[in-house]
Amino acid sequence: MKKKSVFKKFLYSQKVAPYVFIAPFVVTFLVFFAYSICSMIIMSFQKVAGANTTFVGLDNYKILSNAVFIKSLKNSIFYTIVTCLLMIPIPMVLAAMLNSKHMRGKAAFRSILFIPALTSVVVAGVVFRLMFGELEGSFMNQVVGAFGMEPLIWLRKPTTVWIALFLLCLWRWTGVNMMYYLSGLQQIPEDLYESASIDGATSMQQLRYITIPLLKPTTIYVLTISIFGGMAMFSESYMLFNGNKSPNNVGTTLVGLLYRMGFEQNNLGIASAIGVTFLVIVLVINMIQLKVNGTFGKGE
Amino acid sequence: MSMTKKSKIVTVCLFIFFVAVAAITLLPLALLAVSSLRPGSDLMRYGLNFSIDWANANLNEYKLLFSGENAYFIWYKNSLIITVVQVALALFLSACVGYGFAMYDFKGKNAIFLCVLLVMMVPTEVILLPLYRLIVGMKLVNSMWGIILPYLVVPMLVFFFRQYLSGIPKDFLDAARVDGCTEYGIFFKIMVPLMKPSFAAMGIYQGMQSWNNFLWPMVVANSIEKITLPVGLQSLLSPYGNNYDILIAGSCFAIIPILVLFICFQRYFIEGMTAGGVKG
Repeated sequence: MKKKSVFKKFLYSQKVAPYVFIAPFVVTFLVFFAYSICSMIIMSFQKVAGANTTFVGLDNYKILSNAVFIKSLKNSIFYTIVTCLLMIPIPMVLAAMLNSKHMRGKAAFRSILFIPALTSVVVAGVVFRLMFGELEGSFMNQVVGAFGMEPLIWLRKPTTVWIALFLLCLWRWTGVNMMYYLSGLQQIPEDLYESASIDGATSMQQLRYITIPLLKPTTIYVLTISIFGGMAMFSESYMLFNGNKSPNNVGTTLVGLLYRMGFEQNNLGIASAIGVTFLVIVLVINMIQLKVNGTFGKGE
Repeated sequence: MSMTKKSKIVTVCLFIFFVAVAAITLLPLALLAVSSLRPGSDLMRYGLNFSIDWANANLNEYKLLFSGENAYFIWYKNSLIITVVQVALALFLSACVGYGFAMYDFKGKNAIFLCVLLVMMVPTEVILLPLYRLIVGMKLVNSMWGIILPYLVVPMLVFFFRQYLSGIPKDFLDAARVDGCTEYGIFFKIMVPLMKPSFAAMGIYQGMQSWNNFLWPMVVANSIEKITLPVGLQSLLSPYGNNYDILIAGSCFAIIPILVLFICFQRYFIEGMTAGGVKG
């Protein structure tokens, strides 16, 4: 009885309580995250066959010079860069237009543009896969048909595959990014614009010298999520091609290759080597980002 | 006079522009809704389009969906259970952790918080394979807990709750301690009620994540009675039998409840799903 109360006192003390509160994170972090990272790094130096593992040094990392790996890495990087170029200016301009005092029905348009974000990648992927079907009657072929073009086999040629992937991304995320920019815009004090227009600044100049610079924190955030979302892209491609199997790897991404090696071909060593490489890329991007934002932060 | 005329023109142009944008935004969903009124075999023969024979439009696909002769509602139920359990656990545990970080100073705080940020930065796809092996080792493959366990504490939620609570003065805690409240009593009796508004937004954030999650549930669950709705719908994408009938009507029926919730609780949806925008 006495022992229990000592334990209770210990547990209830102000020194121990914070550790009890954060314990769920520490436990799940160690069990799932830290353990996974460690076992991935170890596996990347091994050849794993069932319960037997043999140390093979850097052999698994030879995949890095493999043509398919380079292609998937290029695909992921290309997707990331283009989505950043699309998903920052377009939502920013839309938000600025929606925020204009000339705009009517703001709330309704804001909600409608947000709706695609409610769909899962699966539902969105199903619709886009069928819209971009090869049949003459598929919606996108009807659209190009209206311009007098022949039906296209959208999901077999690189250019049209990219168009489908970018449209899917634009469709799902424009509304969300626009929402970030709208809340960013609302934090810009109104009198800045008033004094600017008294000084004779045109609306273009106001956009260039007030809006865009003051939206920088929002832009940095959107850029960050776009980079990580882009580099980790897999499900979109998986849906469009109904599996991890795009013709001639036109839509194979880094995660796609990891999935293929690890889950489809059961080549755990190589998949882990790809995972470790991916982790290094992510950490390097983070470092660059911190450095750039840090120095920018000091400058201001 | 000319000024008001000009601003009227701007208003009309902006309005027309946004009507067009809204129409394009709704187009894919309209295509889905229209196609759910025609047989799936039409879809295979003619493709997904608006050229529907309205005289023959019917609700047969939905009748088939509700007939119980397919696994659709098993998947629906699985997704619903996983979403509810995951939201409840993730909200509670992440709120505890966020509270611990916001309200206390303790040894190792910064280092552990750095770990929160680390998990937040690394996409889960990076550790997909070792995490799966771990779940296999725990004999949790093909189970609800295999899908839920790795995401019990969500870094994004921890970050948000910590941010939310940092606005509350710590003197508050001392006052409660003087009144004889225990450390945990303070959390449950004082803080949890204060956090209610953030629970709504974060609940929706986590709910959308869980309901729509695809990759991890696909990896963990593989038998037809254990998979979630998105995984099940994806499995129908091969045009065999009446797959397309269920796929299209089922996709519509997967969105409708969320759309209704969105219309009712718009503010919380937008707040929750854009919560990442709060600056640290």
